[in-house]
Amino acid sequence: MTLEAAQLAGARGGRALFSGLDFTVGAGEALWLRGANGSGKSSLLRMLAGLAEPAAGTVRWRGRDLHRQRDGHLRELLFIGHAPGLKDDLSASENLLFGAQLAGAPVDASAVAEALAAVGLDRVARLPVGRLSQGQRRRAALARLHLARQARLLLLDEPFAALDQASVAALVATLDRLLANGASLIYTTHQPQTLAATQLHAVDLDAHRPRPC
Amino acid sequence: MLNAFLCVIRRDLLLAFRRQSDAFAALLFFVIAAALFPLGVGPEPAQLRAMAPGVLWVAALFSSMLSLNRLFASDHADGTLEQLLLCAEPLVVIVAAKTVAHWLVAGLPIVLLAPVLGLLFDLAPDAIGVLVASLLIGTPVLSLLGAIGGALTLGLRGGGVLVSLLVLPLQVPVLVFGAGAVGAQTSGLGASAHLLLLGGVLMFAAVLAPWATAAALRIALD
Repeated sequence: MTLEAAQLAGARGGRALFSGLDFTVGAGEALWLRGANGSGKSSLLRMLAGLAEPAAGTVRWRGRDLHRQRDGHLRELLFIGHAPGLKDDLSASENLLFGAQLAGAPVDASAVAEALAAVGLDRVARLPVGRLSQGQRRRAALARLHLARQARLLLLDEPFAALDQASVAALVATLDRLLANGASLIYTTHQPQTLAATQLHAVDLDAHRPRPC
Repeated sequence: MLNAFLCVIRRDLLLAFRRQSDAFAALLFFVIAAALFPLGVGPEPAQLRAMAPGVLWVAALFSSMLSLNRLFASDHADGTLEQLLLCAEPLVVIVAAKTVAHWLVAGLPIVLLAPVLGLLFDLAPDAIGVLVASLLIGTPVLSLLGAIGGALTLGLRGGGVLVSLLVLPLQVPVLVFGAGAVGAQTSGLGASAHLLLLGGVLMFAAVLAPWATAAALRIALD
């Protein structure tokens, strides 16, 4: 299973962000998207998730064009964007349960409780997310990694942001385990690289920035 | 597919329950706007009866507008809309579920309150019955058409005003047939023709509006 990007170009608000991007991410491999603020890392992740159309080029998942064959891709995708994707008025467990039900995952309340315990949120699982700190919200969003067992493509936008050291270490261990199980990971971070994945690649979007005319 | 549909409705109803002030504000607006008219134009029963259908329908229309810009905006702001779009179920199912939830929170209470306000305007029992029937058929159209406006204005500054400008012209037929049904009943012509036309508008909107809303959401998030 492979995600392939060929001659990919991205634009936002009519402004070109990057162009000529080629990469391949296979099972058990991780790709670190690097670049300065505004270089298009989040836009690229949204493109790979199928949320945005590329300005040029193609993205293929398992050999099929992503924007034509969305269903299979979506069933194997876990996307955690810059915003945590949690409702402030729902508890962390309610958020995860609704999310898992919508994703069609066979998840019950005990699985959600285990996932929240794995990210150290078991004591605040029933509090409204609006009353949690930024770091706790990020951990609640990342608890999806423990629920989406069918996910083969993980797209994570700044997963380490707002996390304390212990949470970073726990997340690294979780990602390494998922990679060892055959998942593919594409992520952005400004933090020093800590993943132990043997097949770790990096793409620097600054090097793909279109030259000014 | 049905599971996802029911899941979104349950989620949105739970959110509305946790934020009751939003739903109550729109409902209170409906009551106050309708109740102010008799105070403004005087207590003449014949005059009140004549203006009741239009006043109640316009108040219902504006009341439903109040909550439209929140239909997708809060999900967009906290990232849950992206998660909904990435759900393996068709987006049109998610949109339909959110529209049903919006109607249950913003439209159904108006239908239930209408008889009380009908009495305030000295409407006859049969006219109140037609008013309730017209609102029952017409308020889902307000939610369906409103969802298109809410999706088109997602992420835009002044989205609330823009939604009104986009959606109000589309809702004129609903207003005409809805208020006309009560007026026709009061004047002895019978409301069936207006209600059937309103039902036709509902069918048309129910079939097309979720697709248009889903397309608008994809454009807004691209």
